[in-house]
Amino acid sequence: MEASEVSIELYVLLSAILFIMGTMGVLLRRNAILIFMSVELMLNAANLALAAFARQWGNGDGHVMVFFVMTVAAAEVAVGLALIVAIFRTKKSIDIDDLHLFRG
Amino acid sequence: MENFFDLVPLVVFVPLVGLLINLFTGKHLGERGVGIVAVGASGIAFLISLLLWLAQVDTGYKPVVVDLPLFSDWISIPAAGVEIPWQFRVDTLSVTMMMAVTFVGTVIHLYAVGYMHGDERFPRFFVYMNLFLVFMLILVTGNNFLMMFVGWEGVGLCSYLLIGFWFDKPGGVGWKNSDAARKAFIVNRVGDFGLVLGVLITFWTFGTLDFYKPDELPMAAHHAAEAAEEPVFAPEIPHEAEPHIEGPMGVFNQAEVWLEEGGHDVNFGMFSLSFESTITVITLLFLLGATGKSAQIPLFVWLPDAMAGPTPVSALIHAATMVTAGVYMMVRSNVFYHASDAASFVVALIGATTAIVAGFIAVGQWDIKRVLAYSTISQLGFMVAAVGVGAYAAAMFHLVTHAFFKALLFLGSGSVIHGMEHGHHHVAHGGHDHDDEFDPQDMRYMGGLRHKMPRTYWTYLFGTLALAGIIPFAGFWSKDEILLDALKAGVDDARLEGYLAFVLLVMAAAFTAFYMWRQMALVFYGKPRHAAAEHAEESSNLMVYPLIVLAFFSLVIGVINVPSGFPILGAIFGEHEFTSWLEHAVTYAHAASFNVLLASFAVVLALVAIYVARAIYNDRALETLGQQDPLELDERTEGLFAVAKAKLYWDDAYFKYLIFPYRRAAYWLAEQLDWRFWHDYVHKTVIQKNFHIATEFLTQPVDKGIIDRGFNSLGRLMQIIAQRIRVIQTGYVRTYAWTVLLGTLLVVFIILFPVIRGMLGL
Repeated sequence: MEASEVSIELYVLLSAILFIMGTMGVLLRRNAILIFMSVELMLNAANLALAAFARQWGNGDGHVMVFFVMTVAAAEVAVGLALIVAIFRTKKSIDIDDLHLFRG
Repeated sequence: MENFFDLVPLVVFVPLVGLLINLFTGKHLGERGVGIVAVGASGIAFLISLLLWLAQVDTGYKPVVVDLPLFSDWISIPAAGVEIPWQFRVDTLSVTMMMAVTFVGTVIHLYAVGYMHGDERFPRFFVYMNLFLVFMLILVTGNNFLMMFVGWEGVGLCSYLLIGFWFDKPGGVGWKNSDAARKAFIVNRVGDFGLVLGVLITFWTFGTLDFYKPDELPMAAHHAAEAAEEPVFAPEIPHEAEPHIEGPMGVFNQAEVWLEEGGHDVNFGMFSLSFESTITVITLLFLLGATGKSAQIPLFVWLPDAMAGPTPVSALIHAATMVTAGVYMMVRSNVFYHASDAASFVVALIGATTAIVAGFIAVGQWDIKRVLAYSTISQLGFMVAAVGVGAYAAAMFHLVTHAFFKALLFLGSGSVIHGMEHGHHHVAHGGHDHDDEFDPQDMRYMGGLRHKMPRTYWTYLFGTLALAGIIPFAGFWSKDEILLDALKAGVDDARLEGYLAFVLLVMAAAFTAFYMWRQMALVFYGKPRHAAAEHAEESSNLMVYPLIVLAFFSLVIGVINVPSGFPILGAIFGEHEFTSWLEHAVTYAHAASFNVLLASFAVVLALVAIYVARAIYNDRALETLGQQDPLELDERTEGLFAVAKAKLYWDDAYFKYLIFPYRRAAYWLAEQLDWRFWHDYVHKTVIQKNFHIATEFLTQPVDKGIIDRGFNSLGRLMQIIAQRIRVIQTGYVRTYAWTVLLGTLLVVFIILFPVIRGMLGL
């Protein structure tokens, strides 16, 4: 693991690309499920960065954090999917642009 | 003996203690206990007065001023120079008044125990009576005008309380009684106004109200003493270099000094008066006070009405003591009156006119007490006239003798009224018709009481003869003295008021004898004209013994001042004893020597008047007496009698010219000034309307126009701004997400800005 090691910059770069893809997905897509998936992508980008830095600094805290994020993400998926189902039942659509009850 | 002077506060305090005992425990003491306390208090006060008299005699009649322990600084304002101590004055004048007041007071208290027997407010009556004594004694013992004024007002209060004592008698009588009380009080207010003004001017003029300072002798007495002891070998002392008293002087000595110096003006701010004129003003104001309290023209109208009170009250307050306060006050101020000829003239004229007017009115009265009331006014007129002609000692002498015989007559009339009421009760219970018309004081229902009430009759006769001035009864001596002094003032000093007073007083004396004998005839002679008179009975001993005591003194009290040159009696009792006694306190007291002609003339005149009365009210006339007087039936005297019966239209004139206009003015003020002007115009039009206008202005333009509109505009501005801003809230989640992203980027940029700057080398 000396010379052949992938440098930290590449991990961070990948993580940044994944994060931007996720962000763009959240901002640009209108389908609620796809937005949801993009959010998962952003979470995993963060996980990647955490794992990379943890390995870089030899500190286990990052790994622990990754597990926390994965747990929270699982819970979030359960709640989020339930919400999407509920929205679909009332609106007969999962296009988030149809949901603008908060407009001022 | 000198120590006795310290007892003088007790003269006031003993009746005070008596009244407090009766006030708080009277209900439980019972009539006997209340009577013992009240009579005892009065009696002890008399004994103290006696001791003071003895002390005066023993110390050579030196006036003494006694401080009240703990209370000597009564009114003290050092910054303003006001210093009015509460001091008692013991001199021959105040001791004379004290002895007369407490002796007559004690006898009348004793009588009242019998008279008021069975009254539901028995203790209260004696509380008032003792309270009266307290104030009367303050009046006569005070060493300054303010203490005198305190007593003066206090006796007025007691007079009011006692006149209206039976304020709750049924059948409208109670109203009449309380009306009489109010009348007395209000009429006296007019006089008191004069007195208090006089006192204020006195204070302004002299800076003190003390009659004399402690250890100060009346000035004329000084002169006399100096004149007597002036060493013969030092005649070069110039007369005007008479030693003045060092330090502040009392008002009377100060007045003497200033009168002697002359040219002393009194500054009243806007104007100034010469000292002589000031004295005249003061004395005339004092005279106004005296006309109120001593019932002189023009304020005498309250005294006849005051007879509504119980008879002992009439005797004590409205005959013997309180009404003489005005005379006492003028005698006390004899230095002032002596200094003012104008005031003396007015005083003499008012006194003499009152004497004749009241004497005339008394002839036409049917009420037994009213006759005596007018007689009292008439006799007070004698005293006031005596002051006017400068006979201060004679005025005091008549005051003392009058106290005895007029108290006697009033108590006698009370005894007669009691007897009549008794007879009336007897008749009513005996099954006869109970006529409501019956008035136990109306002389028309009496007659023949000589045999029913012999002891009352004899004592009453003594009083009548004393009042009529028949020798040797007391009234003869004092009345003769006044007549003689009036004539002497006319002849010797060529003073007009002397002649005027003499003529009027002689006529008044004739009237006195006439109306008194008319009363004797109507009450005691002839046959009973009513069933009540037929069944009248002699009063109880408690009431009759005081009559006997007073009758005795009415007979003999005159010997205290036998005129000089009078045969036999003068040698036995000394001449002018009373005048020489008074001289130590009354600077200008003087006495006249006996004049056989005048004395015989006065006595003969009185006898003739009695004879005429006897002729008119003879047995036949008394038998046929109905509702009308024999004088009324005779066409020659019909008119005059009507005038006398109508009280000379004096009360009517007051009603017509004073009270009705006053009432109309009051109505006018109430209707026009208060209601129309003040209420309708000022309140409704001016205040209410303007208030409306002001509030209208405040609500409409100010509140609604400016304040409301301001806040509404602010609200609308907010709405407009919000309208603009609300579009930010699209409701699209993506927008919010963008915002969050941009915000995050901004924060990150701000955090990283220094790093970026460093990297760029800026």
